[in-house]
Amino acid sequence: MDAVTTDAPLLAVRDLTMRFGGLTAVDMLSFEAHAGDITAVIGPNGAGKTTVFNCITGFYRPTSGGLNLTQAGGRFALERMPGHRIARHAKVARTFQNIRLFAGMTVLENLLVAQHNTLMPDVARGLLAVFGLGGYRAHERAAVELARFWLDAIDLTARADDAAGALPYGAQRRLEIARAMCTGPVLLCLDEPAAGLNPRESDELSALLLRIRDGGCSILLIEHDMGVVMRISDHIVVLDHGKKISDGTAEQVRNDPNVIAAYLGEGDEDETPAEVAQ
Amino acid sequence: MAYALQQLINGVTLGMIYGLIAVGYTMVYGIIGMINFAHGDIFMVGAFLSLIAIVGLGMLGITSVPLALIVTLLFAAGIAALYGWAVERIAYRPLRGSFRLAPLISAIGMSIVLQNFVQVSQGARVKPMPQMIPGGVTLLSSDGFAVQLSWMQIAIVITTLILLAAFTWLVTRTPLGRSMRACEQDLKMAGLLGIDTDRTISLTFVIGAALAAVAGLMFLLYYGVIDFFIGFIAGVKAFTAAVLGGIGSLPGAVLGGLAIGLIETFWSAYFSVQYKDVAAFSILVLVLIFMPTGLLGRADIEKV
Repeated sequence: MDAVTTDAPLLAVRDLTMRFGGLTAVDMLSFEAHAGDITAVIGPNGAGKTTVFNCITGFYRPTSGGLNLTQAGGRFALERMPGHRIARHAKVARTFQNIRLFAGMTVLENLLVAQHNTLMPDVARGLLAVFGLGGYRAHERAAVELARFWLDAIDLTARADDAAGALPYGAQRRLEIARAMCTGPVLLCLDEPAAGLNPRESDELSALLLRIRDGGCSILLIEHDMGVVMRISDHIVVLDHGKKISDGTAEQVRNDPNVIAAYLGEGDEDETPAEVAQ
Repeated sequence: MAYALQQLINGVTLGMIYGLIAVGYTMVYGIIGMINFAHGDIFMVGAFLSLIAIVGLGMLGITSVPLALIVTLLFAAGIAALYGWAVERIAYRPLRGSFRLAPLISAIGMSIVLQNFVQVSQGARVKPMPQMIPGGVTLLSSDGFAVQLSWMQIAIVITTLILLAAFTWLVTRTPLGRSMRACEQDLKMAGLLGIDTDRTISLTFVIGAALAAVAGLMFLLYYGVIDFFIGFIAGVKAFTAAVLGGIGSLPGAVLGGLAIGLIETFWSAYFSVQYKDVAAFSILVLVLIFMPTGLLGRADIEKV
């Protein structure tokens, strides 16, 4: 942890390279995500987007390159930190392409369990917490309050005591985001949050993400739904074959010939080029 | 009728002891998916610790039986918890992330280490202990057969019920319990949400070991003899109970313990004592054939 330099980007990715055997999934990628922004990472399938996420959140150790996160608590070299420390200390939260809620626990418990950092920071206080001592009650009240706040934000207050697994798909997606927010992150990494949502749910998701950004948490977003990306992103990074091919605002990226070529020229049936070009 | 009632009482008592040990198996399996074969030996260590404490307290001149038992219980549970913590730290944690069989083999190794350690340090001979809680009540007598309910049996059942209630409260109502359930469902995700998964796993072992030690104390008081080998049979029975009830399920562990205790007692009473283990394990085989997930287990939902 170095001293905080002002004006440093929240997340600076420098020459990030990730190889799996002979396959280079991410190749000398550099980009920045600034505090208070929604930064979207887009690109055709197999472009290396999720690999970048996995490097940022400590699932993979990059082959080379640097990932610097600078926030009020200091500067963190994410490429050298194990995953749970990234979550705890660097305050990066993430969701996955597939839903990974604790299906057997209630909606409220899913949100409380994400706050154990503050509820039981060490063994001694963890044991005190078991007996309801050591300021635990005040903490638990605060935790429940934060959980209630997010329940309200995602419109699930009425279902607080239902099992998370029993919720409809769209609600589970929102709950995952709320759970990640309960860890108190400075950077929220979302891997295709709009996948499988209907248009109305996508709009609700967009509103939720803007609300989170305005609440002070920056967002890094992987998304295929160009409607969502173009509407809410402050900054877009386009990847293709592990390399950055474009970087800028929605307007700039949309008109970038490289982007149009990547989506149209090299033809990926799963993509919807019309939306990018519109 | 009276004879059957007596068997029911004996079976429930025995079942409670199995149930307490089975909770340790089922919790550890739930959270890291391994069978902790050294758990039965922690139970045995707990019984020896209890004997040491009782003899020690006797030498100190503490004659009040309830006081001596409470001190013994805390001592045995506390030290056995340290054993549980150490076993996990030394033998299992370094192997996390290794192939599935590695911790299993390590567990069998730990079991042998604990057995031999006790054999060497405490001697191989059977240790007897005089009865501490004598007497009881005669519930009814008919046909010249008196149904006895001893104070000892009442103490075992009540202690077990209190511990299980406390434990259930811990798992369902406290932050620690929430962490444990979260780790059980998705260890990696729990870590990403800032839960210290290593510590949660450690505490699971610690709690399981403490419960097993209490079972060890009960075994010592109930049967009055222990040796370094009791952990093996009791461990296998409790493991069977956990599987029978549905491994990973807490009420299942207790239910399985009761089932094994009752099967064993009734078989001994009506058929033959020699084949009581065969009966218990045959039931296990039948249950596994017809209900592979056990009595209360849920089918494993395939993760996407």
